[in-house]
Amino acid sequence: MNFTFRRKRISGVLVVVPANERSFVTDMKNFNFPQSRSLKLKEVMGFDKRRVVGPGVCVSDLAVFGLEHLLERGWLKRDEIDALIVITQTPDYIIPGTSCIVHGRLGLKRDMLSLSISQACTGFLIGLIQAFALLEQESIKKVVLVNSDVLSRKVSPQDRNIYPLIGDACSITVLERDTEDSVIHANVRVDGSRASALIIPAGGMRQPHTPKTAKLENVGDGNLRAKDHLFMDGAAIFNFVQTEMPPLIESLFAHAGTSMDSVDYFLCHQPNRFMLEKLADKVKIPRAKMPNNMVGHFGNNSGATIPTVMSFNLGERLLREKLHVCLAGFGAGLTWAAMLLNLGKFNFNTIIEYK
Amino acid sequence: MKSVIEILTEIRPEFDFTASSDFIADGMLDSFDMVTLVSALDKNWGVSIPGTDIVPENFQNVQTIEALLRKSGTKP
Repeated sequence: MNFTFRRKRISGVLVVVPANERSFVTDMKNFNFPQSRSLKLKEVMGFDKRRVVGPGVCVSDLAVFGLEHLLERGWLKRDEIDALIVITQTPDYIIPGTSCIVHGRLGLKRDMLSLSISQACTGFLIGLIQAFALLEQESIKKVVLVNSDVLSRKVSPQDRNIYPLIGDACSITVLERDTEDSVIHANVRVDGSRASALIIPAGGMRQPHTPKTAKLENVGDGNLRAKDHLFMDGAAIFNFVQTEMPPLIESLFAHAGTSMDSVDYFLCHQPNRFMLEKLADKVKIPRAKMPNNMVGHFGNNSGATIPTVMSFNLGERLLREKLHVCLAGFGAGLTWAAMLLNLGKFNFNTIIEYK
Repeated sequence: MKSVIEILTEIRPEFDFTASSDFIADGMLDSFDMVTLVSALDKNWGVSIPGTDIVPENFQNVQTIEALLRKSGTKP
């Protein structure tokens, strides 16, 4: 599905990462695999360091920490937040939505919109589309979009398929109307028939959490995982990305009536280096235009990966200049999306540590 | 330049790849090994095997791997 928005912009990005850093070399001792094989995987996938929360830390803790940082510096004012969107698949509670928790802890005004949306790795794109749509309303002048997950709390340390790549983070993106005549194009797709490829089977209403769902099971290939843990069919997800993303990106450029040569960077969700190198080759763009270094610095931090790329790789540049970029996200659902827009000159674009 | 057998043996030195006609069915390569193998093949032959071709049937034996390399524009 195509979307077009006019006169909207991102005015700032802040990313909160936990100070707690883990390393692949330390963690691989938990895996039932020869270390030589794990080290080969590290080299190909780009796994190295990642940031994870400590025990008990929730999405609202990271979000409130980041928003207070913005409020204290005057980069954001409480009363100018007309809509708060929190996108997570690891909410503080089943009820109420995490946006209400963040709203209450910050003491935001009552005359505003609070939305909690369940999306993961495509969540930044879905959130931007929602935010830009809200900015069509006269009463909404500024939207705060929070993308955050603490998925490290939901993966098995003995599951080599997913444990080495998961990181935690929270991105806070401020969106407002643009005084320039800017145009944003987006394309979004979904295939719910493949929902089981990336899923936490237990803990919801379908299969409530019990001592049995918490029990580690041998799931093959030397991995141990419980029903309460995140499951990813890595081969299916890899194939999904390589098959579905290129036509979606081509469709986006056709919709926008422009060519890929016009783009300075392709800022994609960051599952691993190998997948992104293959995607760049498939789309026929130089690998240097598609940064793939997040997983080795922070881990795959779900919906916050694209803002993390913006801040880590283009932090200073996006403060002083404008770049034409294509954003692309893909993941649980299965959902996938891409967006073509101008980024910069941001009011802020930085990464801070939660301690 | 290394042969396909040499690269396979570097990845899983515990197996004799000349003695199997189906590496996947015989449990000699898993999905992570396929990724490691593709990365090594890409470097060895200076190609980029398409991500859409990284499926088990292309890694069953030396013949299917060599066919994949030919499809990717090189002569193993």
